[in-house]
Amino acid sequence: MATNHIVDARAIHKHFGTLHVLKGVDLKVDERELVFIIGPSGSGKSTLLRCLNRLEEPSSGSIVVDGIDMLNPKTDINHARRRIGMVFQSFNLYPHMTALGNVTLALRKVAGKGRAEAEALGRAALERVGLAERADHTPGQLSGGQQQRVAIARSIALEPRVMLFDEPTSALDPELVGSVLEVMRGLRESGMTMIVVSHEMGFARNAADRVVFMDDGLIVEQGPPAAIFETPSHERTRAFIGQIQRH
Amino acid sequence: MSGWDKFVETFFNAKVMWKYLPDILSGMVVTIELALLIVVTGLGAGLALALLRSLAIRPLNWLIIFVVDLFRSLPPLVIIVLMYFGLPYAGPAPSGFVSTWLSLAFVLMAFSEEIFWAGITSIPKGQWEASRSTGLSFGQTLFNVVLPQAFRLTIPPLTNRTISITKGTALGTVVAVTEILGQASSAMSNSYNPSPLMMGAAAYVVLFLPVVVAARWIESKFAWKR
Repeated sequence: MATNHIVDARAIHKHFGTLHVLKGVDLKVDERELVFIIGPSGSGKSTLLRCLNRLEEPSSGSIVVDGIDMLNPKTDINHARRRIGMVFQSFNLYPHMTALGNVTLALRKVAGKGRAEAEALGRAALERVGLAERADHTPGQLSGGQQQRVAIARSIALEPRVMLFDEPTSALDPELVGSVLEVMRGLRESGMTMIVVSHEMGFARNAADRVVFMDDGLIVEQGPPAAIFETPSHERTRAFIGQIQRH
Repeated sequence: MSGWDKFVETFFNAKVMWKYLPDILSGMVVTIELALLIVVTGLGAGLALALLRSLAIRPLNWLIIFVVDLFRSLPPLVIIVLMYFGLPYAGPAPSGFVSTWLSLAFVLMAFSEEIFWAGITSIPKGQWEASRSTGLSFGQTLFNVVLPQAFRLTIPPLTNRTISITKGTALGTVVAVTEILGQASSAMSNSYNPSPLMMGAAAYVVLFLPVVVAARWIESKFAWKR
């Protein structure tokens, strides 16, 4: 399947029992693009993100990431996932391993690197998120912001082609949000393709190429941040933007 | 003779104890052999069943749950007696030793499967998702991420179960296994004196106290700084 987009999702539907969570969503993302997905809770934005690396199985539709047909049963999904980094709201670091252990696990088990090489790559990844000196700390000894940066390092160590962020700063104390956004900004500058579900409007405004507004399982409208935030064309978008900007 | 002297004469009679010490020691050897076999096979089978169950194959899981619930509800003595006296009618005739070993191993398997399973299911879904999203397979995630965390949670309940079930080796007396309690009670009836029983009790303490200490050590070794 030839495509010019690094992510090409078409007509994605997702049912949870009787609940119709995604009602035919198309999302195309260009290489090096930073796409922000916003929308009220329950609008399906996290589900969409989780469909892209098949943590959630779409009920129908097609998803091609970096030329790989994600929904083809013949696709080696573990191999495909290596190219798609994912950062979670609750960090999900492995509590029984050090920061370095967290970062090197997939390097060793999936990428097949030897211990020494994995550790060198792991330390480099931790360096990129500014936590080189915390390599031997366990997650319990790190702040929330540091944990999330380790989680980002765990993903980027595998040199993914796309990074998915699922509300990466929502579980953080306000004073720790900045450090995580700083790392994300650095990634953006290095040319990483990123899809971010988040309500960090300030970040979206000055870093996103495109903002996608979702509501009730559909993409309502999308465009450059300025257009979506200043002059939204749909009533629902206007209402949502108004609500979050009041806070 | 004072009351205290009589008590010592009855329960800690040196002559009787000395005479039957070899019997108690040989009983200890049998108990240790039985206990090791039960622990290794019982825990091994319990873990294997828990891993099978994590594959989420419906009919297989119903079977596992049925077997586990059966062995958790039957009194171990009943299983031993059925295996020793009943099984020969169906063909195989296991010795008292084998009957006791297998019966208690099945019971430990059943209880430890439930404990391992509880440990596995207590690991948050996010751990699976994080690991799978980096490309680790189901099996790699289970062995590298989930089980190491689950084991830590299972050690205290597993230790309790293991000790209480291996103490059940004493039930082997009813099928003529010459373990500690069997030796002690026959020595008691031969000598008309309960001192051998006291030796037996001491033997159990000597055997199981190190197990408790070892369990605490393993527990602290598996702990990580939160």
